[in-house]
Amino acid sequence: MTGALDAVIQGVLLGGLYALFAAGLSLIFGVMRLVNLAHGDLIVLAAFVILVVAEKLGLDPFAAVLVAAPILFAIGFVLQHVLLNRTLGRDLLPPLLVTFGLSIIIQNGLLQLFSADSERLRSGAIETASIALGGGIAIGVVPLLTLLSAVAVIVILNLIFYRTPLGRAFRATSDDPEVAQLMGIDHNRIFATAMGLAFVVIAIAALYLGLRANFDPTIGPARLLYAFEAVIIGGLGSFWGTLAGGIVLGLAQTIGARIDPEWQILSGHLAFLAVLAIRPRGLFPRALD
Amino acid sequence: MALLETCNLQAFYGDFQALYGIDTRLEAGETIAIIGANGAGKSTFLKAVAGLVRRPAASVLFDRQPIGALSAADVVKLGIALVPEGRRLFPSLSVEENLLIGGHGRKLGGPWTLDRVYSLFPILKERRSQAAPTLSGGQQQMAAIGRALMSNPRVLLCDEISLGLAPIIIADIYATLPRIKAEGTSVVLVEQDIAQAIKVSDRVYCFQEGRLSLVGRPRELTREQIHDAYFGS
Ligand SMILES: Nc1ncnc2c1ncn2[C@@H]1O[C@H](COP(=O)(O)OP(=O)(O)O)[C@@H](O)[C@H]1O
Ligand SMILES: [Mg+2]
Repeated sequence: MTGALDAVIQGVLLGGLYALFAAGLSLIFGVMRLVNLAHGDLIVLAAFVILVVAEKLGLDPFAAVLVAAPILFAIGFVLQHVLLNRTLGRDLLPPLLVTFGLSIIIQNGLLQLFSADSERLRSGAIETASIALGGGIAIGVVPLLTLLSAVAVIVILNLIFYRTPLGRAFRATSDDPEVAQLMGIDHNRIFATAMGLAFVVIAIAALYLGLRANFDPTIGPARLLYAFEAVIIGGLGSFWGTLAGGIVLGLAQTIGARIDPEWQILSGHLAFLAVLAIRPRGLFPRALD
Repeated sequence: MALLETCNLQAFYGDFQALYGIDTRLEAGETIAIIGANGAGKSTFLKAVAGLVRRPAASVLFDRQPIGALSAADVVKLGIALVPEGRRLFPSLSVEENLLIGGHGRKLGGPWTLDRVYSLFPILKERRSQAAPTLSGGQQQMAAIGRALMSNPRVLLCDEISLGLAPIIIADIYATLPRIKAEGTSVVLVEQDIAQAIKVSDRVYCFQEGRLSLVGRPRELTREQIHDAYFGS
C-alpha cells in the first residue's frame, strides 16, 4: 500500500518535469501552430547556457537561470523573427523541416563547444535534500520544486493569455493572423514575443533537467518525445491539459518502473497510446478548432 | 481636400490582375459607395487601401501622404479601419475582448470607447462575456463595426455589412451610420445592396471586372446607367 502511494507521489512529481518540458511546446503550438521539432534540443541548449552563466559568474543555478532567462528570451525572439516566421504559412512542411534542421545544428554545435561529456548543474545540498512524509515515504526537494514551478508556469501562462492585452493579441493572432493585422497587431512581432516567452519557459525546464540528472548534447530528442506526449495527452491548446498530460506520463512511467524497472519508458508510451485511443483529442481539448 | 485618395491603384493575386488603375476620392465627412457584381474587385480595393494586399506606394494617399508602402498594422494606426467581409470576429475571444482588441494598437485619441460602442449597440453590452461565435449574424456585424470603431478611425471601410442579414437588421445597422459620421468619421461602403448604399452616399463608384465603370452622384445617375455599369452592356 505504501509502495503504491509512494509510486503515485513520485509519479506526480516526475510529471511536473514533463509538464515543464511540454509547456513551451504547447505555448508555441497554441499561438502559431508551429510544431517545433527542435524543442528538446533547445531545452538542452538552455541547460548549457545556465551552466556557462553559473560557472562564469560563480552563481548558483537558481540565480543563473535569472540571468539566462532574458538572454534566452532574446534568442527566441530573434530566432522567430528572422527565421521561423518565414516558414509559417498554409504549408505545414517548411516549419517541420527547418526545426528539424535546427535540431541537428544545435546538437552538433553543442558537441563542438562542450564535447559529448555529461554535465550537471550543481546546487549543493538542496540536490539531495528530501522531506519525510512518514510511513517511509519521502519526497525530494528538487522534484517538489519542479512540480511547484510547473504549476506556477501554467498559472502565469494562463494569466498572461486570458488576463492581459498581450494574451488577447496572442489568441486573436492564433485565430486569424490576417484580421489581427487590421487591429494594429504586427503578427511577426507577436509570434516572436511568444517564442521569447517559450524560451523563458524552456530556461525553467532546463534548470530542473540539469539539476535532476546528467545531460549531454544528444539527449534533446528524447525530451521532445515526452513533451509531445504530454501536450497531446492533455489536449492541444490547453495549458492545464498540458500539466495533466505531464502528470499522466510521469505516473505511467513511475508505476511501470515499480512493476519492472525495464518498463518505465514503455509504460509512458503505452499510456500515451491508450489516451489517444480513448480520447483522440486529448483529455482537455480546446472547445474550438 | 481629399482625405483618402487612390491614384491608378492596381492589385494582383500572383499573375492575376484584380484591379486596373482605380482612381477614387473621399473627402472628409463624406460617405462613398462602391458597388459592383461578385468578383468585380470591391473587397480587393478595400484590402489594398487597408494594407492587406500589396499595392504601389504612391497609389494610396491619406491626408496627401502616400501610404501604399505601409503594413496593415500601420495603416490602422494612421486612422483607417476595415470591417472585413464576413465579419471575421475572433472566435476564441469574447464579445468584449473582440471590441477591446480593436483598440490594440491605438495611437489616436478620439471619441470611441467601450462604453460609447455599447451605447451605439446596446445588445453587445448584454452579450459582452459570450464567445463571439454565439452571436447572431446581425450582432456579429455590430461587433465587427464596433471593433473597427475602437481604433478611432477617421476613415471606416465597410465590406458588405448587410450581407446575409434580414432587412430589419440591415435597417438597424444603417441607422447607426449617422451617429458614426457625427464623430467625424468618413465612410467607404462596399455593398451589393445598391439601393441601401445609394441612399446614404455622396458619391457612387461602380466596379466591373477590376475597372471603374461609373462614377457619379446618386441623384445624377439613372437606373439604366447603373444597370449597365453593374452588369456590363
Ligand atoms: N486571395 C485571392 N487569390 C486569388 N484571387 C483572388 C483572391 N481574392 C480575390 N481574388 C479574385 O480577385 C477578383 C476580385 O475579387 P474580390 O475583390 O473579392 O471581388 P468582390 O469583393 O467585388 O466580390 C475575383 O476574380 C477573385 O476571384
Ligand atoms: Mg467582396
